[in-house]
Amino acid sequence: MNEIKTSATTAQLPSIDENHLNALIDKRLDAVLESKLAEIDDNKTPSLAIISTKGTMDMAYPPFILASTAAALDWDVSVFFTFYGLELLKKKPNLQVSPLGNPSMPMKMPFGPDWLKGIEWNIPNAVMSNMPGFEAMATAMFKETTCAKGVASVEDLREASIEGGAKLYACQMTVDLFGHKQEDYIPEVEGWIGAGSFLPMSQKSDICLFI
Amino acid sequence: MNTAPQDYAHDLDTRGLSCPLPILKIKKVISRAEAGEVVRMISSDLGSPKDMEAFCKQTGNMLMSSQSDGGEHTFYVRKT
Repeated sequence: MNEIKTSATTAQLPSIDENHLNALIDKRLDAVLESKLAEIDDNKTPSLAIISTKGTMDMAYPPFILASTAAALDWDVSVFFTFYGLELLKKKPNLQVSPLGNPSMPMKMPFGPDWLKGIEWNIPNAVMSNMPGFEAMATAMFKETTCAKGVASVEDLREASIEGGAKLYACQMTVDLFGHKQEDYIPEVEGWIGAGSFLPMSQKSDICLFI
Repeated sequence: MNTAPQDYAHDLDTRGLSCPLPILKIKKVISRAEAGEVVRMISSDLGSPKDMEAFCKQTGNMLMSSQSDGGEHTFYVRKT
Protein backbone atom coordinates (compact mmCIF):
# COMPACT_ATOMS: atom_id res chain seq x y z
CA MET A 1 0.00 0.00 0.00
CA ASN A 2 2.81 2.33 0.98
CA GLU A 3 4.56 1.87 -2.31
CA ILE A 4 1.46 2.82 -4.27
CA LYS A 5 1.00 5.87 -2.10
CA THR A 6 4.60 6.95 -2.69
CA SER A 7 4.43 6.59 -6.44
CA ALA A 8 1.12 8.42 -6.45
CA THR A 9 2.74 11.31 -4.56
CA THR A 10 5.63 11.34 -7.03
CA ALA A 11 3.25 11.44 -9.95
CA GLN A 12 1.46 14.42 -8.47
CA LEU A 13 4.70 16.36 -7.86
CA PRO A 14 4.44 18.73 -10.83
CA SER A 15 1.17 20.03 -9.51
CA ILE A 16 2.62 20.99 -6.07
CA ASP A 17 3.39 24.66 -5.91
CA GLU A 18 7.05 25.67 -5.60
CA ASN A 19 6.86 27.08 -2.08
CA HIS A 20 5.30 23.93 -0.77
CA LEU A 21 7.93 21.81 -2.52
CA ASN A 22 10.79 23.88 -1.08
CA ALA A 23 9.30 23.57 2.38
CA LEU A 24 9.16 19.80 1.98
CA ILE A 25 12.79 19.64 0.83
CA ASP A 26 13.92 21.88 3.67
CA LYS A 27 12.12 19.70 6.18
CA ARG A 28 13.71 16.55 4.77
CA LEU A 29 17.13 18.17 4.68
CA ASP A 30 16.85 19.27 8.29
CA ALA A 31 15.97 15.72 9.27
CA VAL A 32 18.91 13.99 7.55
CA LEU A 33 21.61 16.65 7.38
CA GLU A 34 22.82 16.33 10.97
CA SER A 35 23.20 12.56 10.89
CA LYS A 36 24.78 12.69 7.44
CA LEU A 37 27.34 15.27 8.56
CA ALA A 38 28.07 13.24 11.70
CA GLU A 39 28.58 10.17 9.51
CA ILE A 40 31.02 12.01 7.26
CA ASP A 41 32.82 13.33 10.34
CA ASP A 42 33.07 9.85 11.89
CA ASN A 43 34.57 8.35 8.76
CA LYS A 44 37.15 11.07 8.33
CA THR A 45 40.72 10.34 9.40
CA PRO A 46 41.81 13.15 11.73
CA SER A 47 44.98 14.95 10.72
CA LEU A 48 47.70 16.77 12.63
CA ALA A 49 50.28 19.16 11.20
CA ILE A 50 53.14 20.42 13.34
CA ILE A 51 55.74 23.08 12.63
CA SER A 52 58.73 22.32 14.81
CA THR A 53 61.17 25.21 15.24
CA LYS A 54 63.15 24.57 18.43
CA GLY A 55 66.32 22.54 18.80
CA THR A 56 66.67 22.14 22.56
CA MET A 57 66.13 18.85 24.34
CA ASP A 58 63.05 20.03 26.26
CA MET A 59 61.43 21.37 23.10
CA ALA A 60 62.22 18.22 21.14
CA TYR A 61 59.69 16.29 23.22
CA PRO A 62 56.37 18.01 22.38
CA PRO A 63 56.49 17.49 18.59
CA PHE A 64 57.57 13.85 18.87
CA ILE A 65 55.20 12.97 21.74
CA LEU A 66 52.27 14.43 19.82
CA ALA A 67 53.33 12.99 16.46
CA SER A 68 53.92 9.47 17.81
CA THR A 69 50.68 9.45 19.81
CA ALA A 70 48.61 10.80 16.90
CA ALA A 71 50.16 8.15 14.66
CA ALA A 72 49.21 5.49 17.23
CA LEU A 73 45.63 6.78 17.07
CA ASP A 74 45.74 6.19 13.28
CA TRP A 75 45.78 9.90 12.45
CA ASP A 76 47.51 11.42 9.44
CA VAL A 77 50.55 13.23 10.77
CA SER A 78 53.00 15.57 9.10
CA VAL A 79 55.74 17.56 10.82
CA PHE A 80 57.72 20.37 9.23
CA PHE A 81 61.13 20.94 10.83
CA THR A 82 62.52 24.39 10.29
CA PHE A 83 65.30 26.55 11.76
CA TYR A 84 66.66 24.99 14.98
CA GLY A 85 63.97 22.30 14.84
CA LEU A 86 65.95 20.81 11.97
CA GLU A 87 68.44 19.46 14.54
CA LEU A 88 65.75 16.93 15.53
CA LEU A 89 66.12 15.23 12.14
CA LYS A 90 69.90 14.81 12.37
CA LYS A 91 71.32 11.31 12.46
CA LYS A 92 72.90 12.18 15.80
CA PRO A 93 70.95 15.12 17.20
CA ASN A 94 72.97 17.30 19.55
CA LEU A 95 70.25 18.31 21.98
CA GLN A 96 70.95 20.31 25.12
CA VAL A 97 68.72 21.85 27.72
CA SER A 98 69.49 25.27 29.16
CA PRO A 99 68.24 26.35 32.58
CA LEU A 100 69.54 29.86 31.88
CA GLY A 101 66.65 32.30 31.43
CA ASN A 102 64.24 29.44 32.08
CA PRO A 103 62.91 30.16 35.59
CA SER A 104 60.32 27.37 35.48
CA MET A 105 62.86 24.63 35.01
CA PRO A 106 63.11 22.60 38.21
CA MET A 107 66.72 22.25 39.34
CA LYS A 108 66.71 19.02 41.30
CA MET A 109 69.13 16.15 41.79
CA PRO A 110 68.10 13.16 39.68
CA PHE A 111 69.83 10.74 42.09
CA GLY A 112 70.58 10.31 45.76
CA PRO A 113 68.29 9.92 48.77
CA ASP A 114 64.75 11.37 48.61
CA TRP A 115 65.53 14.35 50.86
CA LEU A 116 68.31 15.39 48.47
CA LYS A 117 66.17 14.85 45.35
CA GLY A 118 63.45 17.02 46.88
CA ILE A 119 65.64 20.13 47.21
CA GLU A 120 65.06 22.83 44.62
CA TRP A 121 68.47 24.39 43.90
CA ASN A 122 68.10 28.09 43.39
CA ILE A 123 71.09 28.91 41.23
CA PRO A 124 71.56 32.56 40.22
CA ASN A 125 71.67 33.33 36.49
CA ALA A 126 75.12 34.88 36.91
CA VAL A 127 76.50 31.57 38.18
CA MET A 128 74.77 29.54 35.44
CA SER A 129 76.11 31.77 32.69
CA ASN A 130 79.67 31.96 34.01
CA MET A 131 80.25 28.39 35.04
CA PRO A 132 81.81 26.45 32.15
CA GLY A 133 79.96 23.25 31.33
CA PHE A 134 76.83 24.21 33.23
CA GLU A 135 74.52 23.42 30.32
CA ALA A 136 76.22 20.08 29.71
CA MET A 137 75.70 19.24 33.37
CA ALA A 138 72.04 20.33 33.27
CA THR A 139 71.54 18.23 30.12
CA ALA A 140 73.10 15.17 31.73
CA MET A 141 70.85 15.60 34.75
CA PHE A 142 67.79 16.10 32.54
CA LYS A 143 68.57 12.86 30.69
CA GLU A 144 69.11 11.06 33.99
CA THR A 145 65.72 12.28 35.25
CA THR A 146 63.81 11.29 32.10
CA CYS A 147 65.41 7.84 32.24
CA ALA A 148 64.59 7.39 35.94
CA LYS A 149 60.97 8.45 35.37
CA GLY A 150 60.43 6.09 32.44
CA VAL A 151 60.17 8.86 29.85
CA ALA A 152 61.23 7.80 26.37
CA SER A 153 64.31 9.28 24.72
CA VAL A 154 63.82 11.75 21.87
CA GLU A 155 65.31 9.24 19.42
CA ASP A 156 62.85 6.54 20.55
CA LEU A 157 59.88 8.85 20.11
CA ARG A 158 61.18 9.89 16.70
CA GLU A 159 61.44 6.25 15.70
CA ALA A 160 57.92 5.55 16.99
CA SER A 161 56.61 8.52 14.99
CA ILE A 162 58.23 7.21 11.80
CA GLU A 163 57.08 3.67 12.47
CA GLY A 164 53.53 4.93 12.99
CA GLY A 165 53.59 6.57 9.58
CA ALA A 166 54.17 10.22 10.55
CA LYS A 167 55.71 12.13 7.67
CA LEU A 168 58.71 14.23 8.66
CA TYR A 169 59.66 17.09 6.34
CA ALA A 170 62.83 19.17 6.44
CA CYS A 171 62.97 22.83 5.51
CA GLN A 172 65.36 23.03 2.54
CA MET A 173 65.92 26.75 3.02
CA THR A 174 67.22 26.19 6.57
CA VAL A 175 69.50 23.36 5.41
CA ASP A 176 71.06 25.80 2.91
CA LEU A 177 71.13 28.65 5.41
CA PHE A 178 72.98 26.63 8.04
CA GLY A 179 75.29 25.08 5.42
CA HIS A 180 74.23 21.53 6.22
CA LYS A 181 74.12 18.56 3.88
CA GLN A 182 71.19 16.19 3.33
CA GLU A 183 73.51 13.30 4.29
CA ASP A 184 73.65 14.67 7.86
CA TYR A 185 69.98 13.80 8.30
CA ILE A 186 68.10 10.54 8.82
CA PRO A 187 67.13 8.82 5.56
CA GLU A 188 63.45 8.73 6.64
CA VAL A 189 63.02 12.43 5.83
CA GLU A 190 59.92 12.43 3.66
CA GLY A 191 60.81 15.51 1.67
CA TRP A 192 63.02 18.58 1.47
CA ILE A 193 60.46 21.29 1.08
CA GLY A 194 59.61 24.92 1.75
CA ALA A 195 56.74 26.90 3.23
CA GLY A 196 55.03 26.88 -0.15
CA SER A 197 54.68 23.10 0.02
CA PHE A 198 53.91 22.71 3.70
CA LEU A 199 51.13 25.29 3.88
CA PRO A 200 48.87 23.57 1.31
CA MET A 201 49.71 20.27 3.03
CA SER A 202 48.54 21.56 6.40
CA GLN A 203 45.66 23.64 5.05
CA LYS A 204 43.06 20.94 5.56
CA SER A 205 44.50 19.46 8.75
CA ASP A 206 42.25 19.39 11.79
CA ILE A 207 45.01 20.52 14.12
CA CYS A 208 47.98 22.68 13.19
CA LEU A 209 50.57 23.50 15.84
CA PHE A 210 53.60 25.75 15.87
CA ILE A 211 56.12 24.48 18.39
CA MET B 1 33.51 -2.74 32.31
CA ASN B 2 34.34 -4.40 35.60
CA THR B 3 34.36 -8.07 34.81
CA ALA B 4 37.89 -8.92 33.80
CA PRO B 5 38.16 -11.63 31.16
CA GLN B 6 40.49 -14.47 32.10
CA ASP B 7 41.79 -15.32 28.68
CA TYR B 8 44.11 -13.12 26.75
CA ALA B 9 46.39 -13.82 23.80
CA HIS B 10 48.91 -11.05 24.47
CA ASP B 11 50.31 -9.64 27.67
CA LEU B 12 51.96 -6.25 27.92
CA ASP B 13 53.69 -4.89 31.00
CA THR B 14 54.35 -1.14 30.76
CA ARG B 15 54.93 -0.52 34.46
CA GLY B 16 57.51 2.20 35.01
CA LEU B 17 56.94 3.77 31.59
CA SER B 18 55.52 7.26 31.17
CA CYS B 19 53.15 8.79 28.62
CA PRO B 20 53.01 8.23 25.69
CA LEU B 21 54.97 4.93 25.84
CA PRO B 22 52.10 2.70 27.12
CA ILE B 23 49.91 3.85 24.19
CA LEU B 24 52.72 3.39 21.67
CA LYS B 25 53.46 -0.10 23.00
CA ILE B 26 49.87 -1.32 22.98
CA LYS B 27 49.40 0.09 19.49
CA LYS B 28 52.28 -2.12 18.33
CA VAL B 29 50.90 -5.22 20.03
CA ILE B 30 47.38 -4.62 18.70
CA SER B 31 48.56 -4.07 15.15
CA ARG B 32 50.25 -7.50 15.26
CA ALA B 33 47.28 -9.26 16.93
CA GLU B 34 44.50 -11.05 15.07
CA ALA B 35 40.97 -9.65 15.10
CA GLY B 36 39.07 -10.86 18.16
CA GLU B 37 42.18 -11.47 20.25
CA VAL B 38 42.46 -9.91 23.69
CA VAL B 39 45.45 -7.95 24.96
CA ARG B 40 46.06 -7.44 28.64
CA MET B 41 48.08 -4.38 29.58
CA ILE B 42 49.39 -3.33 32.98
CA SER B 43 50.48 0.25 33.49
CA SER B 44 51.66 2.46 36.33
CA ASP B 45 51.13 5.68 34.39
CA LEU B 46 48.53 7.78 36.24
CA GLY B 47 47.04 9.12 33.03
CA SER B 48 46.64 5.73 31.39
CA PRO B 49 42.98 4.99 32.34
CA LYS B 50 41.84 8.11 30.48
CA ASP B 51 44.38 7.63 27.69
CA MET B 52 43.36 4.01 27.10
CA GLU B 53 39.70 4.96 26.94
CA ALA B 54 40.47 7.59 24.30
CA PHE B 55 42.85 5.27 22.44
CA CYS B 56 40.25 2.50 22.16
CA LYS B 57 37.52 4.92 21.13
CA GLN B 58 39.74 6.45 18.45
CA THR B 59 41.10 3.22 17.03
CA GLY B 60 37.77 1.36 17.24
CA ASN B 61 39.06 -1.38 19.52
CA MET B 62 37.03 -2.55 22.48
CA LEU B 63 38.08 -1.70 26.02
CA MET B 64 36.55 -4.66 27.82
CA SER B 65 37.79 -3.83 31.28
CA SER B 66 39.74 -1.11 33.05
CA GLN B 67 40.67 -1.62 36.67
CA SER B 68 42.83 0.43 39.02
CA ASP B 69 44.39 -1.07 42.10
CA GLY B 70 46.64 1.27 44.02
CA GLY B 71 49.04 2.73 41.52
CA GLU B 72 48.54 -0.07 39.04
CA HIS B 73 46.07 -0.15 36.17
CA THR B 74 45.01 -3.25 34.26
CA PHE B 75 43.28 -3.11 30.90
CA TYR B 76 41.76 -5.74 28.66
CA VAL B 77 41.38 -4.70 25.04
CA ARG B 78 39.80 -6.77 22.29
CA LYS B 79 41.01 -6.11 18.77
CA THR B 80 38.11 -5.54 16.39
